[in-house]
Amino acid sequence: MPSVITANRLVDGIVVYLSEDDKWLTDLAAARVADDEAGLEKLTAIAGQAAADHIVVGPYSMAVDLSEGVPGPKSVREQIRAAHRPTITAVTEAR
Amino acid sequence: MYRYDDFDRDFLLDRNREFRAQVERRLAGQLTEDEFKPLRLMNGLYLQLHAYMLRVAIPYGVLSTRQLRQLGMIARRWDKGFGHWTTRQNIQFNWIKLVDAPDILEALAEVDMHAIQTSGNCIRNVTADPFAGAAADEIEDPRIWAEILRQWSTNHPEFTFLPRKFKIAITGALEDRAAIAFHDIGIRIVGGPNGTFGFRVYVGGGQGRTPYVAQEMKDFLPPDQLLSYLEAMLRIYNLHGRRDNIYKARIKILVNAIGVDAYRAQVEDEWECIRGEEIDLPADEVARIQAHFAPPQLQLNPVDHATFSKARSEDGGFDRWVRHNVLPHKNPDYAIVSIAFKEPGRPPGDATGEEMEHVADAADRYSRGEVRVTYTQNLILPNVARADLADLYEDLKSAGLVAGNTDLITDIIACPGLDYCNLANARSLPIAQDITERFADPERAEAVGELRLNISGCINACGHHHSGHIGILGVDKKGTEHYQITLGGSPGGDAAIGDIVGPSFPAEDVPDAIETIVDTYLAQRRDGEAFLATYARVGADPFKEALYGTPR
Repeated sequence: MPSVITANRLVDGIVVYLSEDDKWLTDLAAARVADDEAGLEKLTAIAGQAAADHIVVGPYSMAVDLSEGVPGPKSVREQIRAAHRPTITAVTEAR
Repeated sequence: MYRYDDFDRDFLLDRNREFRAQVERRLAGQLTEDEFKPLRLMNGLYLQLHAYMLRVAIPYGVLSTRQLRQLGMIARRWDKGFGHWTTRQNIQFNWIKLVDAPDILEALAEVDMHAIQTSGNCIRNVTADPFAGAAADEIEDPRIWAEILRQWSTNHPEFTFLPRKFKIAITGALEDRAAIAFHDIGIRIVGGPNGTFGFRVYVGGGQGRTPYVAQEMKDFLPPDQLLSYLEAMLRIYNLHGRRDNIYKARIKILVNAIGVDAYRAQVEDEWECIRGEEIDLPADEVARIQAHFAPPQLQLNPVDHATFSKARSEDGGFDRWVRHNVLPHKNPDYAIVSIAFKEPGRPPGDATGEEMEHVADAADRYSRGEVRVTYTQNLILPNVARADLADLYEDLKSAGLVAGNTDLITDIIACPGLDYCNLANARSLPIAQDITERFADPERAEAVGELRLNISGCINACGHHHSGHIGILGVDKKGTEHYQITLGGSPGGDAAIGDIVGPSFPAEDVPDAIETIVDTYLAQRRDGEAFLATYARVGADPFKEALYGTPR
């Protein structure tokens, strides 16, 4: 099952994904996808080091849906995290 | 209201300096997350879905306008412009950066506020009747005792690492507006002989996975023995509470496992040993705290009844607002005003920084600079002259804060749910929005009458679904959000836990299901009886049949 690694960034708690060149980016579509267990193990090791290096907090792997190779969220929870906002019209936004 | 003295301020400055250093060490890589997490939680800082969340304590729901303005400033400067009134009379900011947290705590300290004991297995913020000191049905002002409990429980060395979190609520009025039966300890002030008063103490209430209505612990406790008695209650809980299983660690589990009589016997034994140990406050210290809550000198300000009646008859919105959001005050020339943050379509409890500032200005003008937060996620102006009601209405109307729906079906309690919360299984806020839009016609909501609808996004029940007349609980059913509906819960003097009506519904079917329940109630209602009375009379069957069809 294609998977990516996600976490929250230490300094501000923002949702991030492990991307190319070991960068942590806020865009799920840019996340590095592991296609098999070996690939995921490699990403997990990189993420563990990033947590130890105080870059991210609580990294975990999650299965994704691929659309033309671009990862997208599977669950409502991960949709909400990837959108970086609640699903409702916020009280500060015009209704 | 209570004002900090130098001791309080110095303590808070020290504490904030300590936390600033801890944050710096975390950011510099000198503390791991495992080391840092308990430290940040002790300062109210959680890590949620999108960002850090800071939960700020509002002791017994009482705010000065200076404090409310500062909360508004924090919302605009360090958050995305809004905050969320919680179901424990606190406020949460959803979009906090770790790097900003020390500055925010400093800004809170400037107005005598903090986020201590808003998390962790300690005694949390004591909650109280939001009408305290003003309610027409009040026996005695509970704020004095809530403040004494706040001082006693703050950094109490013995009770900083309890088996689990511990919540205390107190009311001094006849009507319970603090949901005391759903707290670890609930306290009701009652009249005693010869014009005295005392406390009736309840124990072991709570919502969550295993809901219980609190049981009576002590019929009458003289006021000067409150602290020693509670100390004995906490000590026995601390000794026997289950630390091996987080789901069985609350005092409600202990009390129901050994029985309230056995628990009481142990507490009374312990109390006998410690009563003389100077835990209870001397009378002059009680008097010192009491002086902070001296009743306001309200000017004679009689309303011109003819003008007032004319204003009501000319403006249906004002008339409705007076019917539902204006409540009786001790002084017949005054009123308690509920400011609803529940305009249909709004996320319940969310308030913008500008709205906080607007309410603060209105409170300075019309309510002697005092504001209260309710556990139903609205604000209260406790001391408004009836002669000023029309002006206040126009003032609040300009900010869009005059929904005349207090305690109606659109006055929904909702937790942040899966839109923000790490623990949630399902969303609460869109469900609340859909239901309020369904009942957006104020005449329809009013025709349905008083109806408490509460929504939680998980079994932890922050949205108080167990005590809703109609309760909605979000559950995860094979990866999709479903909602279980309960009927017949009640938060007040007739406290009850709702019954599950049947199988859960997918999100899109919830508004229809609620409408079906309401229509069934209206069809069954006799002589304008309230929802709970109809439910008690006819039982769940007509509702089940309407929702699920006739059983075969």
